[in-house]
Amino acid sequence: MPNDAIIQINNLSAKYSDDVILDNITFDVYQNEIFVVLGGSGCGKSTLLRHTIGLEVPFAGNVTIDGADLINCSETEFKNTLKKIGVLFQGSALFGSMTVSENVALPIQEYSNLKNDLIDKIVNLKLGLVGLEGYGNHLPSEISGGMKKRAGLARALALNPKILFLDEPSAGLDPITSKEIDELILDINKNLGTTIVIVTHELESIFTVAQRVIMLDKTKKGIIAEGKPADLKKYSTNQTVKDFFNRKSNKK
Amino acid sequence: MNMREKERTVLQRYTITELDNGHLYIHLNGRIDIESASNILNTLETKILSTSPKIVTINLDNVSYFDEYGALVLSELRKIVADQKGTLNISDKKNRSKIKASVANFDTPEKTTGIRKSPVNFFVRVGDASLSRMDNMKYFTSFLGSVILSFIDVLKHPKSIRLNDTITCMEKTGVNAIPIVALISFLLGLVMAFMSSLQLKQFGANIYVASLVSIAMVSELGPIMTAIVVAGRSGSAFAAEIGTMKISEEVDALFIMGFNPTTFLAVPRIIASMIVVPILTLFSDLFAIAGGLVIGILTLDLTFNSYIAQTLKTLSLFEVMWGLSKSVVFALIIAWIGCLRGFQTRGGADAVGNSATSAVVTSIFLIILFDSFFAVARSYLW
Ligand SMILES: Nc1ncnc2c1ncn2[C@@H]1O[C@H](COP(=O)(O)OP(=O)(O)O)[C@@H](O)[C@H]1O
Ligand SMILES: [Mg+2]
Repeated sequence: MPNDAIIQINNLSAKYSDDVILDNITFDVYQNEIFVVLGGSGCGKSTLLRHTIGLEVPFAGNVTIDGADLINCSETEFKNTLKKIGVLFQGSALFGSMTVSENVALPIQEYSNLKNDLIDKIVNLKLGLVGLEGYGNHLPSEISGGMKKRAGLARALALNPKILFLDEPSAGLDPITSKEIDELILDINKNLGTTIVIVTHELESIFTVAQRVIMLDKTKKGIIAEGKPADLKKYSTNQTVKDFFNRKSNKK
Repeated sequence: MNMREKERTVLQRYTITELDNGHLYIHLNGRIDIESASNILNTLETKILSTSPKIVTINLDNVSYFDEYGALVLSELRKIVADQKGTLNISDKKNRSKIKASVANFDTPEKTTGIRKSPVNFFVRVGDASLSRMDNMKYFTSFLGSVILSFIDVLKHPKSIRLNDTITCMEKTGVNAIPIVALISFLLGLVMAFMSSLQLKQFGANIYVASLVSIAMVSELGPIMTAIVVAGRSGSAFAAEIGTMKISEEVDALFIMGFNPTTFLAVPRIIASMIVVPILTLFSDLFAIAGGLVIGILTLDLTFNSYIAQTLKTLSLFEVMWGLSKSVVFALIIAWIGCLRGFQTRGGADAVGNSATSAVVTSIFLIILFDSFFAVARSYLW
């Protein structure tokens, strides 16, 4: 594994008004790896993601993406960094007033001068990739939750970003679709060399896709484990981590 | 089962026997669940408070179903009895351990955190309110700044303007509002002409009805009425649309894709409003004059020609332009406040509703406020 970090999080602390959600978190994500952030619901996974992509300003600490310090860099540098990332939000965040195709086409129109019929070709390709061919003309309100997730994924992939952030890509999906998404993630990582950061708590997909994971904990407000999922399952001494990987509840 | 039957079966869930020397014996039977719980608790509480028994025994032998609602009842009764310096015993022939455990659950002193947020005292609330007002003011100005920057940006790169969105917005804000604006203005003209004619008739000054309607409408009421209608129709819609996008992370998605949300969402709406509201105002003026005309012809024996001639004689170009420039400012206020409230939305569906309401209230207030500024400015211009 090429050991150069593409994302560096240093001593990050996050607060919503007075509630400390994350306290002094430090980790790196390396080039070309599939990195998974896991933890129970409400432990701050989405919060960590939002801080990593520059949507929220951290209370303390630094976030560096591909050499750009998101908090202190210039506007132009920030814009350039945004071009390198694609994000699938937890609620898909498709634009309700646009069709699925228009949603996917939007970032392409913004960043290229391609003619509309050429853009359409790319859009269809991307929709095919996530198994949504034929649904381009549907509005987001006309497709199911799982399809929205996939449409959101197609939109995140539109610019072939260097880094892909996925917030719970397979939550609420049936096992088959969920497996297809896992395979898609592996494909993208292999074929395009995309670095992928996934937030999830689906054990199955963690073992399928993750090369390295960190686990967050609500009470510690920080990282309680870091490493390969198989290693964590076998060797971790932390009770919460063991319970998580063995699907145990923390009641006796 | 109808309501009355239900009540009866609930009432039959217990029998109370009073033994001598202050011993109350209560038999519960059947299902003790959410349906029967409050009824049982209320009746037994009244009974216990009125008799103040030393010992209360609750017999559960015939209870067929018992859940945490039942446990809550027993635990509450135990507290009430204890307050009366008595003791409560639970007797259960089957000795079901589940029941005991679930009652014990409620008996232990509260370690639960409150479900509702605890009320805070007056001073904290006043302080919070002032702080949030100040935040609000800060946001007002910073949003205005960001709108201005976006406009400069759009002037520099005219291609970045969302033309289709602007046109759709013009249609929604302008074209679709024509019927209601026309109708309201027509009726307003009608009423104004009628009411003023009652007075002016006495002096034989019928022809001045035309002057009155046209001058009042073109310089004051046309712009105001139109602005209020647009604020109600479109200002609220702007806030709700953007607010919904905000809470479903769509605004975040825009930002991440490298768009400036203000340029993307606010600029088309502001431009569209500033174009269509003056046009709507012109419609409003015309229809009000038409309303006055109808009254003039029907009840004041004026001719079509004389009414129109008098109207034209009264109105100067300055008057019309004055009204229109006011309406441009009102349009700016409506769109600015609508978008601002949209971007301020935080939380869930109720927050979107609140944003829409507050968009209308704030913009109508500002419209009236700025109208007074205009009136003052005008009196100094002469
Ligand atoms: N916008 C917000 N304002 C205040 N608190 C928030 C906000 N978003 C999330 N939180 C709180 O932060 C914590 C972590 O939330 P989140 O990051 O969404 O968790 P996860 O994605 O791990 O389920 C939760 O306790 C939640 O209540
Ligand atoms: Mg989340």
